[in-house]
Amino acid sequence: MPAAVINFAYLLASALFIFALKGMSHPRTAVRGNLLGALGMFIAVLVTVLDRRIVSYEIIVAGLVLGSAIGALLALKIRMTAMPQMVALLNGFGGAASALVAGAALAETIHLRAPFDLQMTVATALSGLIGGVTFLGSLVAFGKLQELITSAPLVFPGRHALNAFVALLNAAMCVAVVMRPEELLLYWALLAASCVLGVLATIGIGGADMPVVISLLNSYSGLAACATGFVLQNNMLIIAGSLVGASGIILTQIMCKAMNRSLANVLFGGFGAQAAAKGEDIYAGKVKAVSGEEIAMLLANAQRVAFVPGYGMAVSQAQHAVQSLARMLEERGAEVFFAIHPVAGRMPGHMNVLLAEADVPYEQLKEMDEANPLFPQTDVSIVIGANDVVNPLARTDPKSPIAGMPILDVDKSRTVVVIKRSLSPGFAGIPNPLFAADNTLMFFSDGQKAINEIIHALKEM
Amino acid sequence: MELFVTTLTIFVLAIFVGFEVITKVPPTLHTPLMSGSNAISGITLVGAVISAGTQHTTLTTVLGFLAVVFATINVVGGFLVTHRMLEMFKRK
Repeated sequence: MPAAVINFAYLLASALFIFALKGMSHPRTAVRGNLLGALGMFIAVLVTVLDRRIVSYEIIVAGLVLGSAIGALLALKIRMTAMPQMVALLNGFGGAASALVAGAALAETIHLRAPFDLQMTVATALSGLIGGVTFLGSLVAFGKLQELITSAPLVFPGRHALNAFVALLNAAMCVAVVMRPEELLLYWALLAASCVLGVLATIGIGGADMPVVISLLNSYSGLAACATGFVLQNNMLIIAGSLVGASGIILTQIMCKAMNRSLANVLFGGFGAQAAAKGEDIYAGKVKAVSGEEIAMLLANAQRVAFVPGYGMAVSQAQHAVQSLARMLEERGAEVFFAIHPVAGRMPGHMNVLLAEADVPYEQLKEMDEANPLFPQTDVSIVIGANDVVNPLARTDPKSPIAGMPILDVDKSRTVVVIKRSLSPGFAGIPNPLFAADNTLMFFSDGQKAINEIIHALKEM
Repeated sequence: MELFVTTLTIFVLAIFVGFEVITKVPPTLHTPLMSGSNAISGITLVGAVISAGTQHTTLTTVLGFLAVVFATINVVGGFLVTHRMLEMFKRK
């Protein structure tokens, strides 16, 4: 197939990728957008397979079949609550693929004794660097989210020095690859060093900071593809890679802003590792524990009810129970909405996906800016499995680790019901005065069990 | 050098397009956005296919094969799981 035709097909695929992302601007158009993206990918792969440089198809077909089988199995079997792990894993595979392709291109250039140019060698080094960091970084994130390794940040003395040393080593290896591209071994050494950097960069980051890490790794997987595009002189790779890179960077920014922390603070802060502050004095004698029946009585007369989900809802798989309760309240004439903090859960949009799975209409899912003005006119706010994102200390205590973080103002609603297993602090390790507020009732229980008890009590009435 | 500048132009413009398009995505769809954009970053697959198919040396073939597997997991898994999620948003 002539090069012009191939490049034209690549242009078409690039345009389809842009349409795919454009479609994501509304739930109605998103399905079609995703299908257009898949079509773009199909076209791109199809014309590539017809490339005249290809001499044998067995290996390609074997790889495609194996990869498709694993990918399809993962995509169809994964539970919605485990979506952050899935995305982390996919990020990692993307990074690994880019690093391998750049390595293969380098090996091929050496084999053919073709001349090296600076663009290619620099891009190859960057592919290896970003690809390796993405691959191992994503595997560590996956391990933390799947709880194969502790989700607490691993902090040890001298870690900043070690990180700096490994980062410098990586920079030195990049320079070495650019100076001596004919030594393939240097590329593998760079890849090994970048893998170590990936582990070190993510191991010190705690579970609740994962939304930032996954967004950042998402961006890296795009930038790795982009660097590979510079290696292969392929514009489609560059376009697709930069789109993904931009997407990940935007999400990273949104997540950092929602926590009022800089990216550097998230990456190097070891946030959440400090000993939890004592909460006894705030809580002493002020916490009111209630049962499902009391909450049901409260809800029976409520005009407007807000649900505020957090990671705890995902852990206890409570989304379906929450949806049943919300529907029941609506049938009784109450207005129901869901207030979702940008960093609730373990990845951007995590709560929205769980609630969509449970058939909650997306019109009821309110962003923080939409939800906050509604709380003063809300009769009951039910906080389920969220903690730091509703902690009023963020507004009142400038010395608090979460000072200035935008929060959901549930404390302004008439009554707040907090469903939580204990008074233990959230990720930030600080007590939450909301739990001891005059208008707060605590329901100490597992999320799913608690909601089911409320539903049961409401039915009895 | 001239070729590099052209490529760089495409890169910079694509970043701008990316920023414009992505800022319009509502927070509700941020998870499908991540998995969907992830599938798109599996575009590396085209490079992997060439490496696996040209068979210059055993090494490039092995690397190509591994890259095809990884990238295909990324592409197929990414688009499928995104579709699964988006269907849940759509059916209301």
